[in-house]
Amino acid sequence: MAEKLLVNPIDCEGHGACAELLPEAITMDEWGYPIVDPRPLPPGLERNARAAVSACPTLALRLVRS
Amino acid sequence: MTAVTEDATGAATELPRLLPPPETKKADDWHAHAGRHGRLPYRDRQGILIREIEAAGLTGRGGAAFPVHQKLQAVFGAADKRRRTPAVIANGAESEPASDKDATLLWLSPHLVLDGLQLAAEAVGADTAILYTHVNREHDVGSRLREALQARQAAGVDRVPVQLATAPARFLSGQETALINHLSGGPAIPTFMPPRITERGLNGVPTLVQNAETLAHLALIARKGPRWFRGVGTDAEPGSMLVTIRRADGRPRISEVPLGLPLKDLTGEIGPDSAVLVGGYHGTWLTGSEASTLTLDNRSLAQAHARVGAGIVITLPADRCGLVETARVVRYLALESAGQCGPCLNGLPRIAAALAEIAGGRARPQAVADVERWSGLVTGRGACHHPDGTTRFVGSALRTFAAEVERHQRGRCSASVTSPFLPVPKDAARTEHDWI
Repeated sequence: MAEKLLVNPIDCEGHGACAELLPEAITMDEWGYPIVDPRPLPPGLERNARAAVSACPTLALRLVRS
Repeated sequence: MTAVTEDATGAATELPRLLPPPETKKADDWHAHAGRHGRLPYRDRQGILIREIEAAGLTGRGGAAFPVHQKLQAVFGAADKRRRTPAVIANGAESEPASDKDATLLWLSPHLVLDGLQLAAEAVGADTAILYTHVNREHDVGSRLREALQARQAAGVDRVPVQLATAPARFLSGQETALINHLSGGPAIPTFMPPRITERGLNGVPTLVQNAETLAHLALIARKGPRWFRGVGTDAEPGSMLVTIRRADGRPRISEVPLGLPLKDLTGEIGPDSAVLVGGYHGTWLTGSEASTLTLDNRSLAQAHARVGAGIVITLPADRCGLVETARVVRYLALESAGQCGPCLNGLPRIAAALAEIAGGRARPQAVADVERWSGLVTGRGACHHPDGTTRFVGSALRTFAAEVERHQRGRCSASVTSPFLPVPKDAARTEHDWI
């Protein structure tokens, strides 16, 4: 089943690790907070997505079933 | 007893339904209430009322217009599935500074709201009922409600004990997750969903949160039936709703009107160049010519990207500047951000500052583009809808007052009166204690 990224905006403190590890789906706004592509993750990005999720220092990023 | 006019199908068309008839000129105590509305029609079984509410087509009157039966069913179903006894909360924390309809309803017809709370509790099988309100600016609603609860206790009508809870005087404290957070012992600031409150709300149990007015409608549908409810309103959006109307004198008037009423019946005569704010500070500015063709229901208002919201209809007086008014309100909205989400924390103050610059005249040429870019950046990126509602309000102001924006760029303003018109509370939150 396809998955998508979900950021908890309260927990997110804008460390930016996710955007570095997964630029295909996550960009930064001008204040350093992630803009997450709301669409299902394209095939082939799962591994990097999991790396981005694990790298978040505040555990704000999750992969959920879309 | 008031006479009720019925049409051929048995549907009643007379208003007001919720408020005492104007000629009584006083609030309903228990005896007046029981005399007018009769006994509390408990169904003596869970779930029954849900089908009747579905047939009536009642939607939430707190702003989101969500179908009430769906929420009831969600709580009822979650309670059954998880084997947890649910809680029911009447939300009377009307945080919109421009709105006064829930406070008026709680002041004039407290028992109708309390009836609805009991009947909703029975419908979903709740053993906890809470009435959550603000400390009112004018009336001592708290002591009115305590008296009402004592009278009900003496009459032995309530099956579920009702607790009263007070919301801090913040714009977001009536937001559902903020309410749950506060009643669970935390500050009245929003939390991130999921899970849904209908599944895990107050202390982790399935929780029904309904606006106070919604429960009052529910109490009448339980007595008079879905067909009676549909006697006014439109087919798609049946029933009546309380509205807060503000015209040039600035004083709020509360009226109960059918959905689908022409907006011009609420605003009075409006010229094409005037402006009307529908739905409050998360709502939409309309031009006078838009407002004169639209009706008070979401199907009609959607044509102008507006929503009924919590029923606020404000006519901007001809001698005021819509940009100046909007900038002042947006500053307030930015200060009322709980400051939890990066985009809202960073974006709203910037939007507010740029709007103040535009309202002040001879702004930087890129100020409007800045507001539009930041609006796009904050929309949909908060845990709650505060950024979305704020940018809806801001975007509609830039559209409706486009000519005024140009005038301000040239250092002019069409207003002849500079004193504030739209009500904005004075005290912004300063410390964490302001949210408790």
